[in-house]
Amino acid sequence: MTVPVLEIRNLHKRFGSVEVLKGIDLTMQKSDVVSLIGASGSGKTTLLRCVNLLEDYEEGVVAVAGEQIGYVERNGKRVRLREREIARQRAMTGMAFQQFNLFPHMSAIRNVMLGLVKTRKMSKDEAYATAESWLERVGMADRKDHYPGQLSGGQQQRVAIARAIAMNPQLMLFDEVTSALDPELVGEVLSVIKGLAADGMTMLLVTHEMQFAHDVSNKVVFMQDGRIAEEGSPDQLFYHPKSERLAAFLKNSKF
Amino acid sequence: MDVLQTLDAIWSARVPILHGLGNTILISLLSIVMGTILGVVVGLLLTYGNWFVRLIVRLYSDFLRGTPVFVLILACFYILSVVGIQLTAFQAGVFALTLFCSSHVGEIVRGSLQAIPAGQTEAAKSIGLTFFGTFFSVLLPQALRMILPTWVNTATEIVKASTLLSIIGVVELLLSVQQVISRTYLSLELYFFAGFVFFLVNFTIEKVGRFVERKVALPT
Ligand SMILES: Nc1ncnc2c1ncn2[C@@H]1O[C@H](COP(=O)(O)OP(=O)(O)OP(=O)(O)O)[C@@H](O)[C@H]1O
Ligand SMILES: [Mg+2]
Repeated sequence: MTVPVLEIRNLHKRFGSVEVLKGIDLTMQKSDVVSLIGASGSGKTTLLRCVNLLEDYEEGVVAVAGEQIGYVERNGKRVRLREREIARQRAMTGMAFQQFNLFPHMSAIRNVMLGLVKTRKMSKDEAYATAESWLERVGMADRKDHYPGQLSGGQQQRVAIARAIAMNPQLMLFDEVTSALDPELVGEVLSVIKGLAADGMTMLLVTHEMQFAHDVSNKVVFMQDGRIAEEGSPDQLFYHPKSERLAAFLKNSKF
Repeated sequence: MDVLQTLDAIWSARVPILHGLGNTILISLLSIVMGTILGVVVGLLLTYGNWFVRLIVRLYSDFLRGTPVFVLILACFYILSVVGIQLTAFQAGVFALTLFCSSHVGEIVRGSLQAIPAGQTEAAKSIGLTFFGTFFSVLLPQALRMILPTWVNTATEIVKASTLLSIIGVVELLLSVQQVISRTYLSLELYFFAGFVFFLVNFTIEKVGRFVERKVALPT
């Protein structure tokens, strides 16, 4: 058996005294596409953020390609890794955010190049060529010298996806990447993600686009109050929900 | 008011006056440059320090901003020599203005860093940038654009405050003009002249500031 791209075991996360993740287990193999669905506040974003350590976690294991993220066991004690190690680990996963978070003082291509130069230590020329090909891939090559302020939301999000994916991550995380977009711009972003899935990219995504989740995923996970309440194939979850809660949730989501 | 007589007095004292102007510019430049470097450090500590560091730096900054520059200059000149640090009047004055400038720059740097959305840092982290990489490539360029107008304002305040160095005997522009006044008794005319020169210096700073602002403005 190959090492899973992502393995989460018994993950617990607290904000102060409030436990937001109450023991999550999730395993993803290469080229898996998993969609997280669930009501607001159920912990989807927090789960994603624990995977690339934008949030620390108190208990359990998150491992990417067999390597535990953020911590090591030393003499039976759990020790947080050094900043530099954590930075290296973060680059193993790519993340796309709801608010795009492009760097406003850099052109599209410089946004994509930054990580390639600083983290992947590419030469400027190599980074430029790599960035250009990824911008081409998301249909943004003709706008490569535009600044974020000159791009529409959908265009910004496509650049942001190129920025993440150009780093050649093992796993891509998407957190509601279409929620901040005008309805007519959602399609262009979703089709980029579908293209990545077709290429075999391993992806974990949080989405409220149920039809999209159904079409793109090979597994869907329904979260509720910090736990995985139900998981399975898209057809199984969307057409044969076992729990009342999931059925009610799907009804509310107008699936 | 006799214009010719005034111009004549200025002309015959041109060497000491230019020397005074040179001093004013040198004092301001040194204080602003050193105060800004120190101020960026102050701003960083106020933003990212642990609670103890933040407390200490906060006291430093509040104290300096709450004290009249006048008192600060006297303190640097007299108190430091009491504790055995011998500074010339020029050095003590520049030191006082540097401290003053650093506290103001520290506050505006802190404010601008906190105004940058958390998503910027998170995006930088997610592509594997370290703290320093994030700071220099992502946060600082945005913060500098934000603070530029306020920083220019601080710079002009330092130029004005540099006149206070005359009380400890540094011959900057104002004192050099006063020395001409004491010989010629053209006080009204020459104070007006001194005021006008200060205005020119600060007007230039502001114009350059605006120019840089336009240069680094982001296209929308
Ligand atoms: N930084 C934080 N500090 C304290 N509580 C937090 C923080 N971030 C999230 N929470 C809480 O954790 C819980 C889970 O939040 P999370 O953002 O993961 O939910 P979500 O499933 O992504 O919801 P949504 O669909 O609205 O995005 C919520 O109750 C939220 O209030
Ligand atoms: Mg969320």
